[in-house]
Amino acid sequence: MDIKYKKTNGLTDTPLSYCPGCSHGIVHKLVAETLEELGVLGETIAIASVGCSVFSYKFFNVDAVQAAHGRACAVATGVKRNLPDRIVFTYQGDGDLASIGIAETIHAANRKENITVIFINNCIYGMTGGQMAPTSLIGQKTTTSQTGRKSDVHGNPIHISEMFSQIEGVAYLERVSVCNPRQVRNAKKAIKKAFTYQMEKKGFTMIEVLSSCPVNWGMTPVDALKWIEEKMTPVFPLKVFKDLGDEKNV
Amino acid sequence: MCKAINIRVAGFGGQGVMMTGQLMAYCATYENMFSLWVPSYGPETRGGTANCSVIVSTKTIASPVFMNADVLIAFNLPSLTKYMNMVVDTGVILYNSSMIKDPVIKQGIKAFGIPVNDIAIGLGTIQVSNMVMLGAYMEFSGLFSDQTVEKVLEKFLGEKKAHLLGINKQAIQAGREAMIAVKE
Amino acid sequence: MAKQLMKGNEAIARAAMLGGLDAFFGYPITPQNEVPEYLSRYMLEEGKVFVQSESEVAAINMVYGAAAAGFRAMTSSSSPGIALKQEGITYLCGSELPCVICSVMRGGPGLGSIQPSQGDYNQATRGGGNGDYHVIVFAPETIQETIDIMKEAFDIADYYRNPVMILVDGLIGQMMESVDLTRPVKKRFLPEKDFATTGTNHHNKRNVVNSLYLESAELEAHNLALKKKYDKVIINDTRYELINMEDPDYVIVAFGTMSRVCRSAIETLSEKKIRVGIIRPISLWPFPNRAFETLEAPHLKGILVVEMNLGQMLTDVIVANNGKYPIGFYGRAGGVVPDPSNVVDAIVHFKDLVVK
Repeated sequence: MDIKYKKTNGLTDTPLSYCPGCSHGIVHKLVAETLEELGVLGETIAIASVGCSVFSYKFFNVDAVQAAHGRACAVATGVKRNLPDRIVFTYQGDGDLASIGIAETIHAANRKENITVIFINNCIYGMTGGQMAPTSLIGQKTTTSQTGRKSDVHGNPIHISEMFSQIEGVAYLERVSVCNPRQVRNAKKAIKKAFTYQMEKKGFTMIEVLSSCPVNWGMTPVDALKWIEEKMTPVFPLKVFKDLGDEKNV
Repeated sequence: MCKAINIRVAGFGGQGVMMTGQLMAYCATYENMFSLWVPSYGPETRGGTANCSVIVSTKTIASPVFMNADVLIAFNLPSLTKYMNMVVDTGVILYNSSMIKDPVIKQGIKAFGIPVNDIAIGLGTIQVSNMVMLGAYMEFSGLFSDQTVEKVLEKFLGEKKAHLLGINKQAIQAGREAMIAVKE
Repeated sequence: MAKQLMKGNEAIARAAMLGGLDAFFGYPITPQNEVPEYLSRYMLEEGKVFVQSESEVAAINMVYGAAAAGFRAMTSSSSPGIALKQEGITYLCGSELPCVICSVMRGGPGLGSIQPSQGDYNQATRGGGNGDYHVIVFAPETIQETIDIMKEAFDIADYYRNPVMILVDGLIGQMMESVDLTRPVKKRFLPEKDFATTGTNHHNKRNVVNSLYLESAELEAHNLALKKKYDKVIINDTRYELINMEDPDYVIVAFGTMSRVCRSAIETLSEKKIRVGIIRPISLWPFPNRAFETLEAPHLKGILVVEMNLGQMLTDVIVANNGKYPIGFYGRAGGVVPDPSNVVDAIVHFKDLVVK
């Protein structure tokens, strides 16, 4: 029989626990396919974070460590420094990375830890029930900003990729989206580049993925994808922020 | 030696107080005795008075702290004033008579003034005044041989400061002589 | 090898290396700075891992990562820094990862002082992390004993797959003492680290290090398994020393620096014809209850607990004593280190110090 489509070996057979229409499934698949294509599944250690993706350790078919909230990059540092030839990546949401774990993430980048960070930005705390995230948009209604996020009360959405583009230890940094098939293909390319750079020991790589959370946004999955394109993307423009390219590891 | 000797060294920061104490502890360990050195540490050591304590013993050392010293080495007047009443009745005080003139010391306690600054300046640098004091104490106590202190100093000074070994040894000898002189 | 004079913190660092330390992660805080300072040089010289982390929180989580990967990892800190590490400690216990944590106590609460203290007895033995867990805590009294325990600590941690804490006060960290680095330590059979996340190419099954169990029955089973392990620690690795315990008039309970001070005090007391013994807990968790259960002293007037805090171990002694003898307490806090004469006075005035 002619095989048209096959699940990647990079994912286990455990059914994903994510809500219908959530982008986590797509990003999981992109990361898993990438690791399989690069032939490094058996050499990879995933660092799961706290939030909806806490269960990513069940889904990625690699060795995995579940980290405390926000500490994924510190845990990744502990693994990678001892196993410098393995592939180590963290998979973190916006609450985990941009709020409680911003210090760990910035300093891992600044130390030029040769790890890859997959940063899921969906402007909300999903697991805990739709609270305001540091990346929530101005005007966005969440369970802890019920009248909408206001700049002078809650601060502004934090621009992680723009901040990290200033850090010398970063080798590759791109913001992508998974709101349509073209963007998904582009996201895959970015993820693959990040892991390739890690294999080449170029330094810290991070891919920020604009993702949907239809349940907590109170939208249908289709509307959620539209919201990424129409509302999120203007605030978080898709862009390669940094690419050390073929420059030697300095 | 049947009992641990509790020594307190005190002075201004910069007078070599910590080094004097450490050298004693190194020498005792080198001679296969037990020794223990406790610094006073913290902000007070910056610019203020510095002090440390040393315990030398042939047996394992129990308490690392003591109230009354068997030996007080005072490099300046504030140190002498602060600690002279914390000396055991059979104790001894060595003080820097270049900076402390005619101190009033409790009856029964032996006290020896050694003009360590003047002697050190006479040798060419005030920086070795603490070594003059160490020599005086070695002479008084009979602790630590010249060979021991030379070996310890060699290691302590390291390659970078090896050229200072000579002047330090001279200072120790001068301290010994000064002790012999005041004892008489 | 001959004895050498070493500073406590440097001895901790060297002994950790002798114990097989692969990776150190730490953040500066007085009075433990010589530990990372020493290791920053010698670990890198030997091609091992040393990272100065951005915070104590990061450091303990780096330890978590390194331990998950199967390496012998350590962090060291002092009181407020150990407070910050509590999150990582409960994760380490929950995920059953071995590591060594060195705690060099200073005065508290809050920023407190940088002077020596035993104010973190509760922090070490109870911990501030969530859930049912225990850290195995050893409180050596000399730099020599610190070295000996530190050299063994990674074996104990690996044996039980649990964090081991070496708890000393700032005095032990800052003082120098004659030591022998070559004393042999107990060796034990260690299981292979088949849990280590080193990549599935490098072992048979997929390894996951995790402390999350959302099903209550599953978590309870995990809790019970941990409990079983902790019971084993209590049976096999409770440590204490009995000093001068033949027919004592009083018994002092003291650990760390205070037990040394009490050793000197009981010599003075014996000159006064007062016979005083010492129960010295070496493991603070597990606490040596059995030293009290077997305590039979016909002339014993009471037990004096002496600590550099205002009565933390006291609670454990009250429980262990189970109402058998009167208990008195003498403690100093804030960085004050009692000297032997204070302890002599405390015994002489025992009646005034009895706790109700």
